[in-house]
Amino acid sequence: MSVMLIFLAGIAAIVIWWMGQQRLTSRPWLEVGHVGHPGGGERSPIPTARIGLYVFLAVVGALFSLFVSAYMMRVGTPDWWSTPIPRLLWLNTASLIVSSAAMQWAKAEAQRGHGATMRTGLLAALATAILFLTGQIFAWRELTQAGYVLADNPANSFFYVITGMHGLHIVGGLIALGRTTTRTWNGVVTDRTRLSVGLCATYWHFMLIVWLILFALFAGWANDFADLCRQLLT
Amino acid sequence: MVDIRSGASEAIPLAEVEDVELYHPKSWWTHYVFSQDAKIIAIQYSMTAIAIGMVALVLSWLMRLQLGFPGYFDFIDADHYYQFITMHGMIMVIYLLTALFLGGFGNYLIPLMIGARDMVFPYANMLSYWLYLLAVLVLVSGFFLPGGPTGAGWTLYPPQAILSGTPGGQDWGILVMLFSLILFIIGFTMGGLNYVVTVLQARARGMTLMRMPLTIWGIFTATVMALLAFPALFVACVMMLFDRLLGTSFFMPAIVEMGQQLQQSGGSPILFQHLFWFFGHPEVYIVALPAFGIVSDLISTHARKNIFGYRMMVWAIVIIGALSFVVWAHHMYVSGMNPKFGFFFATTTLIIAVPTAIKVYNWVLTLWRGDIHLTLPMLFALAFIVTFVNGGLTGLFLGNVVVDVPLSDTMFVVAHFHMVMGVAPIMVVFGAIYHWYPKITGRMLNEAMGQIHFWVTFLGAYLIFFPMHYLGLLGIPRRYHELGETAFIPESAHTLNMFISVMALIVGAAQILFLFNLAWSLKRGKPSGGNPWRATTLEWQTPQTPPAHGNWGNELPVVYRWAYDYSVPGAAEDFIPQNQPGLGMPTREHAS
Repeated sequence: MSVMLIFLAGIAAIVIWWMGQQRLTSRPWLEVGHVGHPGGGERSPIPTARIGLYVFLAVVGALFSLFVSAYMMRVGTPDWWSTPIPRLLWLNTASLIVSSAAMQWAKAEAQRGHGATMRTGLLAALATAILFLTGQIFAWRELTQAGYVLADNPANSFFYVITGMHGLHIVGGLIALGRTTTRTWNGVVTDRTRLSVGLCATYWHFMLIVWLILFALFAGWANDFADLCRQLLT
Repeated sequence: MVDIRSGASEAIPLAEVEDVELYHPKSWWTHYVFSQDAKIIAIQYSMTAIAIGMVALVLSWLMRLQLGFPGYFDFIDADHYYQFITMHGMIMVIYLLTALFLGGFGNYLIPLMIGARDMVFPYANMLSYWLYLLAVLVLVSGFFLPGGPTGAGWTLYPPQAILSGTPGGQDWGILVMLFSLILFIIGFTMGGLNYVVTVLQARARGMTLMRMPLTIWGIFTATVMALLAFPALFVACVMMLFDRLLGTSFFMPAIVEMGQQLQQSGGSPILFQHLFWFFGHPEVYIVALPAFGIVSDLISTHARKNIFGYRMMVWAIVIIGALSFVVWAHHMYVSGMNPKFGFFFATTTLIIAVPTAIKVYNWVLTLWRGDIHLTLPMLFALAFIVTFVNGGLTGLFLGNVVVDVPLSDTMFVVAHFHMVMGVAPIMVVFGAIYHWYPKITGRMLNEAMGQIHFWVTFLGAYLIFFPMHYLGLLGIPRRYHELGETAFIPESAHTLNMFISVMALIVGAAQILFLFNLAWSLKRGKPSGGNPWRATTLEWQTPQTPPAHGNWGNELPVVYRWAYDYSVPGAAEDFIPQNQPGLGMPTREHAS
């Protein structure tokens, strides 16, 4: 569970930082009347939807940290044979990076109010993300055809379950992105458009980071870390 | 002691909190069924939770009938008994308590107590309820599918949970349980995002975090914890589904079943236990923290006194929430883990007792020299304190490895967790319903029926669970369908079991009286007016009772003070509402 605890420590650091600004040492029973200081009940300047997304990302982060924790606890048991990494995964990773970059571009264009280029960026992000998903499915097929089936070995099981879970999150993101794209089809950039595109971009970057960590895990680069954790815990 | 500043009555421009775009229902269906109004969703959540809770209550009756009178009831065979136990536990912990505290009270109280018009994401909030209802229906479907519901115990430990020897293990039972939990978690996440972000973003002007009622602090912190803890259960459920359906070996070690070697091997049941309890222990506090918060408000209001040590109460809630994430393995002392781990987890477990004890002291000190009104909410609040202290003290026993090992899996454990997270939070649920029912319906609950309900429930619960500690010390194991002729179990233990069963039937019957009261008072209760308890918090200051859609009429409230200005010297009344700038006496406003 060490990975999850590290993740929680990160969350705790954010919470402590935030609470530090909330005057938790004030004496509310002495402070009657107007509260004329920052944090006096005013909303955060960050849009509500964005805060909602951040909280959601914390939940998603917890989910993947727990999967990785489970992986770390199971990895290296005597029946564990690492799953080979299909070369296709490199291509998929590249397309997800491109997708994320396209989202960032779309966001920047939305900020500048360029509706047409923003739309191009969104479409590019959609296309490359779909490419990523298709690539993932082909990678699965490649593995199963090579005999690395789901139930044969825990390494395979973890690979399919975790990549599947990540894929599902990309699908969810695609639905949101698809809605945003259709809603902004006329090319008029409103505040609402900027917000939606910005939120999609944040989600995209987050899922990219999650994927890079997972990729490193499957490729075995995280094994040293896993060994370290196991030594600490045994 | 209270420094009332003369600046209190300074006018504050009202328009600074912009109004949210409020969703307005267009038809009867979107108004009452597919409603996006948090208050309606709260009532939907609560009624569903109470309905499924009644199922769990009946299951506990059946279990007690078997334990008290083994052999008399032919239809309760061992398989059925395990199914009843499992469903009783899971329903009570997750589908009743979690859903009621967060989905029910959270939805109703958060917008009203912080002065918001509604939750910030009403659509997701609606989805949250419908997913919850779906989860409940999927869960209940287990009773009607071939093989019946799962009988794996509420902890669903593999490998037994998915083997053919366990009821539902190779049938539908375990599948619908896992699917139902997954649906519940997805639904809860949608609701939980709402509760957290609403508290962060939709507070009325002047409602600083340190002016929030402790109820909101409790629900808020519990929701944050639930959002981080439920994914662990989600992961465990998904992986177990793979083990059960697709033959993976996440949790399944090599097993020979009925002379046949199963295809799985090498899996780790302990991994499941870690995931389960990483969710399971915070879950205790997900249920307890809202109860802590609510009970603080009940005590302060009905003792007409400000809560003692408000800041400590807030800090304690936050610290308990944080610590509860690093104690999970105290549920696993007998799993053969490294003794150093045991020492670590015993230490963190005992440290949690410190902030918890601070809370108990503060409740008692709030009562000290207060003007205690023994209303029904107060009675239940007092019952909560003693019950919680009782359950907490046995927690000190079980938190220590050496004491836990012999007591593990005995009735002592059953008695402990029923006291601390069964009876105690349920007392708060009842107290809260008696307290807020007038706001929800505009009528008081019937007092006579309430008194009977309280005394039977309170005394009955003690008569059920106190003897159970003794049974546990005798060494009587939990989860056994029948004790049979066992040398170390004296005849008196059987008699005691019979007594407990009779009490369980009586206490259960009292809950039917409570439900009747809920329905009866809806039409015939005494009209309550807007603020029957003369309370300070914002939900009692709404222009209409029950609050209309949008809660606040045309103008959002502005908050001038904390939630606990009871019996302030020099004030006109013994309470000053949070949205009242001065003391309530315009002529003497500047006198202090």
